[in-house]
Amino acid sequence: MSPRPGYVLDVDRSTPPVLFWHGEGFRLERLPEGSRVIYPPEPLPPLPDPIGAIRRALEEPLGDSQPLRSLLRPGMRLTICFDDVSLPLPPMRRPDVRQLVIEQVLDLAAEAGVDDVCLIAALALHRRMTEAELRHALGDRVYDAFAPQGLLLQHDAEDPDGLVHLGRTDLGEDVEISKRAATSDLVVYVNINLVPMDGGHKSVATGLASYRSLRHHHNARTLRHSRSFMDKDHSELHSSNWRMGRLIAACGVRIFQIETTLNNDAFPAQLRFLQRREWEWTAQDRATYLATQAALRRLPDGLRRSVFHQVTAPYRLTSVQAGEVEAVHDETLRHVYAQQLVEVEGQSDVLTMGLPYICPYNVNSIMNPILVACLGLGYLFNMYRGRPLVREGGVLILSHPTPRSFHPAHHPSYIDFFEEVLAETTDPGEIGKYEEAYATDPWYVHLYRTGNAYHGVHPFYMWYWCAHALEHLGGVIVVGGDPAAVRRLGFKPASTLADALEMAADVVGPSPSVTHLHAPPLLMADVR
Amino acid sequence: MSTRTPDPRRALPGSPAAARALLGRAKNTLRRDLPFPWSPPTWPTSVPAPRDRPALGAAYETDWARRYPVRLVRAVLLDNVLRPAVHLLAAPEVRGGELLALLDPPVVFVANHASHLDTPVLLSLLPPRLRHHTVVAAAADHFFDRRWKAHLWAGLLSAVPVERHRVNRRSAEVALGLIEDGWNLLIYPEGGRTPDGWPQPHRGGAAYLAVRSGRPVVPLHLRGTDRMLPRGADRLRRGRVTVTVGQPLHPEPGEDARALAARIERAVARLAAESRSDWWAARRLPEPERTELVAGPEAAPWRRAWARPPDPAAPRPPRTEDELPWLRDRRAPWRRRGAAP
Repeated sequence: MSPRPGYVLDVDRSTPPVLFWHGEGFRLERLPEGSRVIYPPEPLPPLPDPIGAIRRALEEPLGDSQPLRSLLRPGMRLTICFDDVSLPLPPMRRPDVRQLVIEQVLDLAAEAGVDDVCLIAALALHRRMTEAELRHALGDRVYDAFAPQGLLLQHDAEDPDGLVHLGRTDLGEDVEISKRAATSDLVVYVNINLVPMDGGHKSVATGLASYRSLRHHHNARTLRHSRSFMDKDHSELHSSNWRMGRLIAACGVRIFQIETTLNNDAFPAQLRFLQRREWEWTAQDRATYLATQAALRRLPDGLRRSVFHQVTAPYRLTSVQAGEVEAVHDETLRHVYAQQLVEVEGQSDVLTMGLPYICPYNVNSIMNPILVACLGLGYLFNMYRGRPLVREGGVLILSHPTPRSFHPAHHPSYIDFFEEVLAETTDPGEIGKYEEAYATDPWYVHLYRTGNAYHGVHPFYMWYWCAHALEHLGGVIVVGGDPAAVRRLGFKPASTLADALEMAADVVGPSPSVTHLHAPPLLMADVR
Repeated sequence: MSTRTPDPRRALPGSPAAARALLGRAKNTLRRDLPFPWSPPTWPTSVPAPRDRPALGAAYETDWARRYPVRLVRAVLLDNVLRPAVHLLAAPEVRGGELLALLDPPVVFVANHASHLDTPVLLSLLPPRLRHHTVVAAAADHFFDRRWKAHLWAGLLSAVPVERHRVNRRSAEVALGLIEDGWNLLIYPEGGRTPDGWPQPHRGGAAYLAVRSGRPVVPLHLRGTDRMLPRGADRLRRGRVTVTVGQPLHPEPGEDARALAARIERAVARLAAESRSDWWAARRLPEPERTELVAGPEAAPWRRAWARPPDPAAPRPPRTEDELPWLRDRRAPWRRRGAAP
């Protein structure tokens, strides 16, 4: 039976309570009659032979690119870049797609007699990956072959000797990327395109860039004009990256882009109820839910977090394409939309969503309040094409415990940002005056370069990520969150969904229309 | 939900207290409808059910409930259990009941809806020739969402499922077919029980059926059931119910369902005003005042609930010192003996 597309449910009295993610837990909430619930499409069937599909993609590239085999020659300088730990979410079961692709690229390089090969994790300003994370992404075979030789690098956006300034775009944007990549004869970039934002020119122009380059598109103005940044054609973020990518190509950096898409199979069989529509829950699903909830309630916070971060997704490959960047990306988007797009008629006054335990920036880490805001107002709010799911001046209701806790090694600058900057202002346009100090702070730079810390400026980017939503919405309410932390973010706390809906009615008027985004698994609303 | 049953662990085994406790627990278990996910999920009305799923909701077949053996059992239950129980608990007063004797069935009864008691009360007050030939339009998503509930309500009250949140051709055709077969239909045009005691706007289903079948609509109004068993309550209280019967409304030639629906709504509102005063006073009230009187203020839910007038039939608790003279005496009770009043 072919997988069912996404579904928009009209809630009536027969609708059972709807599952909300609530950090490292869940809530079952009864939505008002007349509300809508948007369910993601079911997982598309995977490619029957992923290895063969990757091989074919490398042999039959898209656009004006030659097959990878013919681009490789002895004596050349080859750099293979790959997405970091932020993709996919949750991390996928081994073998990771990056491993499958890179092993085949390396096979071809070995056949062609290429000696100068280097692998770079395209971190941008993200934290460095641990050995376990690298082994998970690349496989032991690749790790053991390259890491001991010092040929498995992690991009360092603060290394003055490891960066090269390629020039400025027509709009004066600096383009500064990894010197190793820029001076290679060929850069092979291996993407996992979990959402439509990923891939394209953004891979190199962001993943291998420096702060000097990134600040041109990671700012409040650009992100306010990205509507949404999941929709390339209406995203200023992407326009800027495309300008930079074309400049990089014009400077002679040859990029062979490999993009992969995954299906929506985000949770293992033990958590199957997370991917089912509530009225289809079997006795087994209900028993699993009750047992999971009972167990989670009894676990201490740290252990509960560890349990969730052990979850690996049985994602499967649905497409792989390689070749020239723009041609590849257009084909990739087609596959991502085929999996994630759900047609929705019209906007609503209130949008509700349950936030899970994970976002791209807290893999094996703590979801601090700033990341809660980023996941809700940045990522999930922007999962639309056309118009946001909630009308201008509407209210967003998030469900998350929002604990006031931070991972000191991963997010050191977040702590200061939360205590100092957000205490002053929550306006993304205003916080820019503090950005330079955080970006150039020697201690944060040191932790970023030598530890596993996100760059000092990263919390600012997370807040800029929320800029469009903050400008669009009339209010944000967090259900079940730590009140002090929620207020610091500039949002309103509520104990229950019913309270939140009543508070929302004060903003949008009585009897508001309500839409619930039943994600993850991810979906993208095509709002007409 | 509080239960006043003794704890069986504290009662002596075999004692009356232990027996009462066990009985209470069994009753609680039976009465409690375990919430999802402890019980299986209900199926949303808007989602087409798969073929292998038993037909519930608006698709539930109720033909079996109108076969003679079932009708006989139902008639026995209605006449010998339901009617006495209603008279015992609600002591209903009927105003304009004589109009019922003049009715030429089949007709469409429409009434305001405030409580699950409305249907038993109305059925028990209808004359036998109407009572035993009346089907009740019941919300498909509430009364027919589980198999046992569908069987119970179809068998006991001759309920038929109607879709109330959207137009459902099957529901409409079934109801129309029953009227054409000679069955009276009792329907609540508000589409559900009032959340705040004030009536809700009417929907057009009753008027549509009347226009399509050409049969008259009999407006009815109930007052008092919401205080005996309001929405959300789990315990039934005794009380007094007043049922007001209005003149039948015949669809005029060329009148469409929308116009008839408005006429029905006005007629029920007039009955509501009448139940608060008398027929003549209600007739003399200007339309806007009557609307305000029976529809309540347009305000937040709590203000609407606050604005509800006290039920004239409900006994007022004595509170003043004149009514309770001992309130004036602040001395301890044992010191009052022999004291001057």
